Formats: sequence, C-alpha cells, structure tokens
Amino acid sequence: MGVSLSAIALATRALSKSFGSLVVARDIQLELPVGARYALIGPNGAGKTTLINLMTGMLAPNAGQIFLGDEDITALEPQDRVRRGLARTFQINTLFAGLNALEAVTLAVCERRGISSQFWKNVAIHREAIDEAYDILAKLKLGDACYRPTRELPYGRQRLLEIALALATRPRVLLLDEPAAGVPQEESGEIFEVVAGLSNDLTLLFIEHDMHVVFRFATHIIVLVGGAVFTEGSPKEIAADPGVREVYLGTRKHG
Amino acid sequence: MAFAESISNPQGYLQSLSRWRPIEIAFWIATLLPFVLFPNYLSLASQIAATALFALSLDLILGYAGIVSLGHAAFFGVGAYSAGLISKFGWGEPLTGLVASALVAGLVGYATSFIIARFRHLARLMLTLGFGLLLAELANSAGWLTGGVDGLQGMHMWPLLGVFHFDLFGYTAYSYSLAVLFLVFLATRRLIHSPFGLALRGIRENWVRMPAIGANSRAHIRAIYTISAAIAGIAGALLAQTTETVSLDSLGFERSAELLVMLVLGGAGRLYGGLVGAIIFMVARDQFSGIAPQYWYVWIGVLLVVVVMFLPNGVLGGLSKIAARWGYR
Repeated sequence: MGVSLSAIALATRALSKSFGSLVVARDIQLELPVGARYALIGPNGAGKTTLINLMTGMLAPNAGQIFLGDEDITALEPQDRVRRGLARTFQINTLFAGLNALEAVTLAVCERRGISSQFWKNVAIHREAIDEAYDILAKLKLGDACYRPTRELPYGRQRLLEIALALATRPRVLLLDEPAAGVPQEESGEIFEVVAGLSNDLTLLFIEHDMHVVFRFATHIIVLVGGAVFTEGSPKEIAADPGVREVYLGTRKHG
Repeated sequence: MAFAESISNPQGYLQSLSRWRPIEIAFWIATLLPFVLFPNYLSLASQIAATALFALSLDLILGYAGIVSLGHAAFFGVGAYSAGLISKFGWGEPLTGLVASALVAGLVGYATSFIIARFRHLARLMLTLGFGLLLAELANSAGWLTGGVDGLQGMHMWPLLGVFHFDLFGYTAYSYSLAVLFLVFLATRRLIHSPFGLALRGIRENWVRMPAIGANSRAHIRAIYTISAAIAGIAGALLAQTTETVSLDSLGFERSAELLVMLVLGGAGRLYGGLVGAIIFMVARDQFSGIAPQYWYVWIGVLLVVVVMFLPNGVLGGLSKIAARWGYR
C-alpha cells in the first residue's frame, strides 16, 4: 500500500478460522496505517465481529498471524494485547451492570496502571487514576451520570461507556464493534462525533451498517464477504465499485 | 449536601463509600451485649463469631468475585486440624497456632486456586465440591493423625497472651473469637474498598469484559481464593482452639452447604451478610433444636425458601431496601 512498515499499527497475515466446515475467516490480509479510520462493512454473517474477536484474542485462529506494530501478538492472551495497546468495544453492551461508570472506568485505569492487585490501600487514595477516569467520562459527556449504577443509565449513555472503558486502556488501536448499535439514528450521530473527535494518533477500525455514517467518518473501507476480504479502498472507490453494490443488494433480497 | 459536593469531586465520592456508617458502629457495639445480657451463652456466641468469620471468608469469593463454592469447609477443616495438631503435639499458644493454621489453609487454597481459576460455572462448583469431599475422606482415613470419626482428642490450649485461661463459661473464648473476627473484618473491609476489591466486583459483574480492559482475572481469582482459604482456616482454628476438639464434620459437605445457606440468608456481597446470616442460622439452630432436635432442618428449609423468594438479596438486602425507602442512606 506504499506505507512503510514502521507506520503500520495493526496487520494480519493469512488469518484463517473455521468452525468445522464453516469458514468464518479466510486468508485475511490487512494493514492498518497509524492514525487511519477504517470502516469494516459487509452483510450479516460476513465475519466482521469474528475478525475483531480474532484480532483481540477472544478467538484463536487456525492459521495466520496478527501484528500490533512490529510485534507478533498471535499467541498473546486478550488482556496482554490490551496492555500493549489493542482495545475493543462490544456490539452488545458488555458492561459492569452493578458498578457505576466512575467505578468501572477507574477499574480499567487501575488495571492499566498496574495497581489493581493492591489490596491494602483504599482506591480513593489514587487521585490521579480517579481524575483520569473522570476526565475520560467528562469528555464523553458522562460526567454527570457517572455516579449512577450502569444498569440505570439510558441505553445511549451505555454505548458511550463502552467506548470510555476502551479508552481507559489508552489504546493505540481501537476496534469498535457497531458503536451505535441499537441507538436511534438521531442519537447515533452524537456517538460518531465522539469517535471522530478521538486523537489522531489513534488507529480506528469500526464496524457499521449505516452507509451515511461510514462514508462520513471513514478514510478507508474494508468490505468483508463470507469471511474473506471482498475488496478495500477509499470511500470513493468503494462507492463506485459495482461488485459492492451487488453484494449488498444480493443480501437485501434474502434478508 | 454531601452528595452534591461529591458530584464535582469523584475522589471524594469514592472516599465516601468506605466511610464508617453509624449502623456499622452500632453493630459492633451490639456484639459486646452477650457479655452483659447472655453470660450463659458465651460459648455459643464464640462459636457464632467463628462461624461468622467463616461466612465472611465465603462472602469474599462468592459475594465479591462471584465464585460459588460447595467445598469451602475444606479450608475451615484444614485450619481446625492444623490448630488441633499443633496444640496436641505440644504447642498450645493460641495466637501463633492461629497464624500457622491460617498459613496452612492459605497454602492449600493457593494450590487449588490454579485449578479453580481455570474453570467456571457448574464445572467450578463441582471442583469445589470434589476437593471438599476428597479432603474429608482423607481426614477420615488418616485416623492415626486426625482421630477419624472419634475426632481429634488431646488438645490443650495455653492461656491467651499468657494471661487469660480458657474458662468454662466462655469469657475468654468469646473475647478471643470476637477480637479475631473484628480484626479480620477490618482487613477485609479495607480489601473490598481497594483497587483489588474493585477488580473483584468487576469479575463478578462481567467476566467477559475484564480481559478487554487488560485485567488478568485468573490472577485476581487465585489471589482472593488464597486469601479466602486463609480466613476460613483462621475460623476453623478459632473453633478448634476454643472448643479444644476437632471433629470430622468440620470439613464435611454439610458444613459447606450450611455456610452457603447462612450467606444467602444474610445477603451475599455486602460484608455484613455473612455475619448476620451466621447469627440468624446459629441462633435459630440453638432455639429450634431445643424444641425438636431431629426436625430443625425443616425450619431452616422454610426460612431459606421464604428469604430466597421474598428477599433475593438476603435479610440485609431487604433491610437496606426498607431503609432506602425511608430516605435513609
């Protein structure tokens, strides 16, 4: 792609995964340059979430490798990938229902700072960790809601908390699995404004179905079909690709 | 108001969570009442204190980390037999015996924690049950050491701190048990308000999310399982030292099951649930078995069903709901 190797934030080489005879990832070869905003699109069942699960280590591939920067992370546990700077959010809220947002994000900050096994000191003495957590929450407009238990938060706020938890790990690469899933269209813009406002050093890959959102926020688009990369390119290239149209229209007919 | 102030100060808010509430101070003052009101029941009170400590140890893994165990009596038993054997073989000093028993139980907990941390749900529950049964049978077959079904005889405790003899009325026993319970409780209370305590609640609330925020849940579980086992060992040692005997049922399945019942009655995950549950259970057993000893489980069964149906968070959960409705926090 004409980008030097050192500027690649995340890459996969010949990544494959199948469950029995069902192939969910087929020879996936990707390179995400530092600071890029990638959209991962494709019909239902194309293997988009599976790809994120493979990248983050929640699934083990049958073949292939995953690189974070120059490092081969294929054999690392999920938490060790997070500590190296690869974070994700979940399509279905995967939050700490009984904790409030401040506690949850503080927990994530404590894990990153390596103080989470400290059992003889009150968490409240870690002022810097707490302030950092609160700053993240405030930036995502969760500051006033951070003392309420997560389960009582409105759904849209919970989607933002998904992102807040991931940001607390200070990622270099952030994988967002449908960050606005289930949010009414008029509110989903708000969530993507937050995403767009993230630091330029952060490399982003997001799954999204709404093409308006994809074309507005992505600098690059990957189309996944049947577990394989169908095509990738700039939004303009993808929009002009007749094959992509066909794939989408084709699934509409069945779905 | 204090709360409005905390809104602009997240650190102050988190600090406020660990503040001592008046009801807590009242609870601990009330634990002194048996000395005045029920001097004939101090032996029972001492056993309740040891059992409460045992329940506290289960609350740490169940109420905070979400690990259900049906074999926690294994660690209680290991602590009890350790204390018993140390005394039997000539060292009757209570405090060092207590510490040694805690170490032995903690070591057994640490050894098993590697397996416990690898599994979840039913598999893990069965593992705790299996370890418990295994250890109980081991103690049974090693009759030369444990006394088998006859129980461990020949314990002799030296005076506490070299001064206070263990008397027939249980003054020393209850003072000792209560003091140990309180000190361990303080440590536990500190633990649950620590970053580690927060991580445990994270594990309980969402196991899947933990690795996604960079947490090593298995290491956390190994740590809390070891700590919990050591505390259970202290509880067992306390009971052994204050009664100067150890029987096989100290590590039997029934004790594990009863412990779970106590915690559910009191309310898991609220620090005082185990204590309150132990008091309810032990007092109820004492009272009901006075009426009809062979049927007392009927009553505990009824109590358990009623509590689970109407107070899903235990007696304490129910009380705090009522308190919240009255606007008291």
